[in-house]
Amino acid sequence: MNPRIVRLFSALGPLFGLLFVIGIFSASEEVRPYFLTGGNFKIILTQTVIVAIGALGMTLIIVSGGIDLSVGSVVAFTSVLAAKLVLNGVNPVMVVVITLLMGGLIGCINGSIIAGFRMMPFIVTLGMMGVVRGAAKWMGNNQTVNPPKNPLNALMALTKPQELYPLPIGVWVAAALAAIMALVLRQTVFGRYIFALGSNEATARLCGIRVAQQKILIYALAGLYFGLSGLMQFSRLTQGDPSVAVGLELDIIAAVVIGGASLSGGTGSILGSMIGALMMAVLRNGSNQMGMPTYMQEIIIGIVIVLAVGLDKWRQFRGVRQTG
Amino acid sequence: MTPRLVMRNVKKSFGATRALCGVSLEVGAGEVLALIGENGAGKSTLMKVLSGAYLPDAGTIELNGRAFVPGDPLHARQGGIEMIYQELTLAPHLSIEENIVLGGEPTRWGWLDRKKRRAMAKAALDELDQGSLPVDAPAGSRPIAEQQIVEIARALVRQPKVLILDEPTSSLTKRDAESLFRVIRRLRDRGVSVIYISHFLEECQALCGRFTVLRDGESVGSGTMAEADLSQIIRMMVGREVKDIYPRMPHTLGEPVLNVRRLAGRTKPASVSFDLRAGEILGIAGLVGAGRTESLRALFGLDDTRIGSVKVFGAESVGLSPRRRLEQGVGLLSEDRKAEGLLLGRSLADNLTLTRLGPVSRMGLVSDRLQAEKTTAWMKRLDVRAQGSEQAIGELSGGNQQKVAIGRLLHHEARILLLDEPTRGIDVGSKAQIYRLIGELAVAGKSIVFVSSYLPELLGICDTVAVMCRGVLADLRPAERWTEQEIMAAAIGQAPATQP
Repeated sequence: MNPRIVRLFSALGPLFGLLFVIGIFSASEEVRPYFLTGGNFKIILTQTVIVAIGALGMTLIIVSGGIDLSVGSVVAFTSVLAAKLVLNGVNPVMVVVITLLMGGLIGCINGSIIAGFRMMPFIVTLGMMGVVRGAAKWMGNNQTVNPPKNPLNALMALTKPQELYPLPIGVWVAAALAAIMALVLRQTVFGRYIFALGSNEATARLCGIRVAQQKILIYALAGLYFGLSGLMQFSRLTQGDPSVAVGLELDIIAAVVIGGASLSGGTGSILGSMIGALMMAVLRNGSNQMGMPTYMQEIIIGIVIVLAVGLDKWRQFRGVRQTG
Repeated sequence: MTPRLVMRNVKKSFGATRALCGVSLEVGAGEVLALIGENGAGKSTLMKVLSGAYLPDAGTIELNGRAFVPGDPLHARQGGIEMIYQELTLAPHLSIEENIVLGGEPTRWGWLDRKKRRAMAKAALDELDQGSLPVDAPAGSRPIAEQQIVEIARALVRQPKVLILDEPTSSLTKRDAESLFRVIRRLRDRGVSVIYISHFLEECQALCGRFTVLRDGESVGSGTMAEADLSQIIRMMVGREVKDIYPRMPHTLGEPVLNVRRLAGRTKPASVSFDLRAGEILGIAGLVGAGRTESLRALFGLDDTRIGSVKVFGAESVGLSPRRRLEQGVGLLSEDRKAEGLLLGRSLADNLTLTRLGPVSRMGLVSDRLQAEKTTAWMKRLDVRAQGSEQAIGELSGGNQQKVAIGRLLHHEARILLLDEPTRGIDVGSKAQIYRLIGELAVAGKSIVFVSSYLPELLGICDTVAVMCRGVLADLRPAERWTEQEIMAAAIGQAPATQP
């Protein structure tokens, strides 16, 4: 079968999943009038932003063969940092810059330890998860930080709740960044090197790719995105809460994996990850509309993740049998 | 007397691909049959049908005169059919002893019987005259030659009636191969039927009684080895005359491009010194473990260098990284392309252009169209059979994969090519193409270092041959002044080495 067509169908897999899930909720008579509205889709999109932006960074890491478990803590930390900066009268542009850079710095440290000491990303970022969460609580003095009203709140503010437009700025930012990152991953040399690293690190080294440097760069760049997620988190709550985003990393990883990436590296796409993030937001939203208790939602999302990835593996496996 | 195993008109297709279009062969008890054919001819598919990995679409198999349909590997094993794959299937973290009894561990009332296990393992190894192997060592830490012995021992423990060996000697030195032949002859004398798949026709001649040739999924000829003529067999394999598999392409040698003096790595190599001139093909022979691969890796910057001097195009540059070597115009084709050399999940185009994405980019972004164009041009030049430049390289045959791996060095425009066993595990047709390619590169003034364990090819295409023994490279002579026996003697360390 033409390899191009095979790739197209692979990309469509997650999309069908998304449409299927939307279809299920639309099928219910009671839920449909509330679910299939512009206002509701605005909510879904807004609720996707934080996971989606995180997934932009996580996709790079996972495709390169790594993983980052510290995202949730970084989001909490940077959201508290943003709140504190606003509280101290720092101008909004500087707040954005500093928050992003802090995320990037933590990512840089992760990458340096992983590349420098040749340690497993799982272990290093697991440790960082604890360290950063503690730092967030320390910075917030174990409470939420409440700055006065400020322009950054507008990033995730929901105005005109009944209609689809206007969408919060955060949604547009996420969409624009997704488009840029999709291009970066697919068409730049940097993107090709990410795939090479995840596909076979020994080969990448043989081909002159500076493996250590690349890894640090990837984790740092992803860190910038995690910082941005933190900023959006701050805007959504309009406060810095050090106990927020516990377990966010799992949502983000799930989004990337549903989107077609393999945890062993070498495959994945930004588009797929965005669809994965949307799918989970739709699942949560639809379940809420149906009045399902949260524990039920967790069970459903868990099942969906296994199904989505299992279906994908089964399809790939069948493809391999074809060529013998 | 009915042969022990008869396969008649076996057919197998995978979707549109017809892998086997009616293959027949037979093997008697106490006989070694050579199964010969190019990569893609269907040998592996046929053996996978026999060993239960695939179900045939048509055709019959008879074992001891009775119909036999191995539905799965377990069933085939119960019928006494054991297969030893080319890609080793050991559990690297388990010990040799544990690997040998894997799947058939002896138990006593439900608990593992360690004494019996050791006895079984020792017995199998003694059978192979390899009783001195360290049975407690993790299998993954042992050299490939030993790992292969362990695989064979594992098969032996199950008392096979039909033993299939798929390219067993591609990673073995001549000495290890001789040991293997002794074992096979011993099994043959005990009545085991052996199907021996190999590209090395000289080996088949030495070891096998009869042969069957496959080409494009069909059996095109059989006969007795004694009466056969090698060129006849090659013609059957390839379907055409393969004259002069080692093309002699006259070329002149120019200025030295690479000067290596007393290069030493962490443990291996101990001391490597040689000069390489423009247009020269330097062959490096030696036993497995002599340090040839390590020398290339140290030269290329993949492994650390302790001491020594390396001048590339006159510039002193010892210890540079692979990236810098590539910039200098040096390229390395490593021994194991699957582990280090290819990105199996990525496309042909990505693999071929990875080290030089500049020429296929526009404004900083990789252009799929340019990449496809360049790749297709190389595919044509190198005769790579594939569905297109977008196909995942893991789906290609070994010979085609190797051509793409070499193609990457060519796309990079490397002027010094370090090739480590470039023709290992690939079919005769592809080998001939690679030899021709190397000749053309030499004519164009490129320099090649060619590490190989296959002496005929070293003497066939190299200008100069050096021998490595125990980490020391010495004895550099023009190819005409070497014989195979002399090279082997130098490799074992029995010849007086001339001072470097």
